[in-house]
Amino acid sequence: MHLPEILPWGVPYGEGFGKQMLLILVAVALIAWFFVAASRRRELVPGKLQYLGEMSYNFVRNSVGKDIIGEHDYKPYVPLLFSLFFFILVNNLFGSIPLLQLPTPSHVGTAYALAGMVYITWIVLGIKKHGIGYFKLAVVPSGVPKAILPLVVVIEIISTFLVRPVTHSLRLFATMLAGHLIIMLAAAGSEFLLLHGEGLIKPLGVLTIAGGVGMYLFEILIQVLQAYVFTLLTAIYIQGSLAESH
Amino acid sequence: MKQTIILAATEGANPLIPNVWEILVTLLGFAVLMFIVVKYVVPAFEKTYAERTEAIEGGIAKAEAAQAEASAALDEYKQQLLDARTEANRIREDARAEGAQILAELKEKAAAEAARISEQAQAQIAAERQAAVTSLRSEVGVLATELASKIVGESLNDDARAARVVDRFLADLESQSAGAAK
Repeated sequence: MHLPEILPWGVPYGEGFGKQMLLILVAVALIAWFFVAASRRRELVPGKLQYLGEMSYNFVRNSVGKDIIGEHDYKPYVPLLFSLFFFILVNNLFGSIPLLQLPTPSHVGTAYALAGMVYITWIVLGIKKHGIGYFKLAVVPSGVPKAILPLVVVIEIISTFLVRPVTHSLRLFATMLAGHLIIMLAAAGSEFLLLHGEGLIKPLGVLTIAGGVGMYLFEILIQVLQAYVFTLLTAIYIQGSLAESH
Repeated sequence: MKQTIILAATEGANPLIPNVWEILVTLLGFAVLMFIVVKYVVPAFEKTYAERTEAIEGGIAKAEAAQAEASAALDEYKQQLLDARTEANRIREDARAEGAQILAELKEKAAAEAARISEQAQAQIAAERQAAVTSLRSEVGVLATELASKIVGESLNDDARAARVVDRFLADLESQSAGAAK
């Protein structure tokens, strides 16, 4: 169920600027405000806000960037990974904030945009690093017998250049949409059973409420996890582009 | 409510078909975020880290410098102690050598002195002997004359004859001793 758009006011969904897009901009504003405020003081012994900011930054910088891409050349990609993680995290968590209740990546356009951007990024990085020979490097694995090499190359092309961006975007989109639907279904179902149910069916609404609350908590975990997975995969793709061999 | 649920169900759009506006807004929003992160957030955090690292490593470097200085001073003191010890040994050695030399000199001097004294004594003895011989020579004459006159009686009282006899006797003696000396 989609609300009508905000700009132009009240036009049907899909024809203008709506709630989902507003939330994206709100997320950007929130993240930027928080981290600019946290990083501005630059004290050697951090205060609470700075500490929280540093801890968050450190998490992406070290356990995603440094560990995956490698100590030597992870630095240039920290901003991208950091922005991606918190952009997705906050947008996902909007799905669990009452009244907002919309994980923006559950609209596939957002997931496509992010995954597409990452797709272009790692291909460009690979070409920059290895020249046009990058494509050979990416699809021809070393140490494979000549007989099955063509088959392997075809599989590699499909899995790396076709399937990878699709799974990268759909994983995020599908988990968010599914969670969103489950919460909505539980809420709508409970409302229907309790208010419109007849006879013995009515009390079943209590069960659906309990289940809905459980799913709600579970959904928070999924939202954090998917932000992490998306960022981790981005780091792995970048590392793959920079690596010397397949 | 039933109406809206049914409406939602019949909306029927394929969820895999993106809304172009969503793509645009996502890209725009993300670009803005990236810009702020690249421009402000990452440099600030990295600078803080660098400063912190420098503060810690600077402290370590300072401590290392102090330690190096201390160990250099210790080495210097040890060297000085060694020098002093060597110097003392050298002085002791010199003193010993000097002592030995002084002792040797003294010994030599003493020996020379002893030699000189004994030589002197010998010369004196020789002189005394000569004197004794000389005095004996005259006395022996008298004594012998006396003895002879006692033996021969009063016959030899004549002085002139006695003197001639004594002279002849002495001359014999002389020639005898000269022959012996030759």
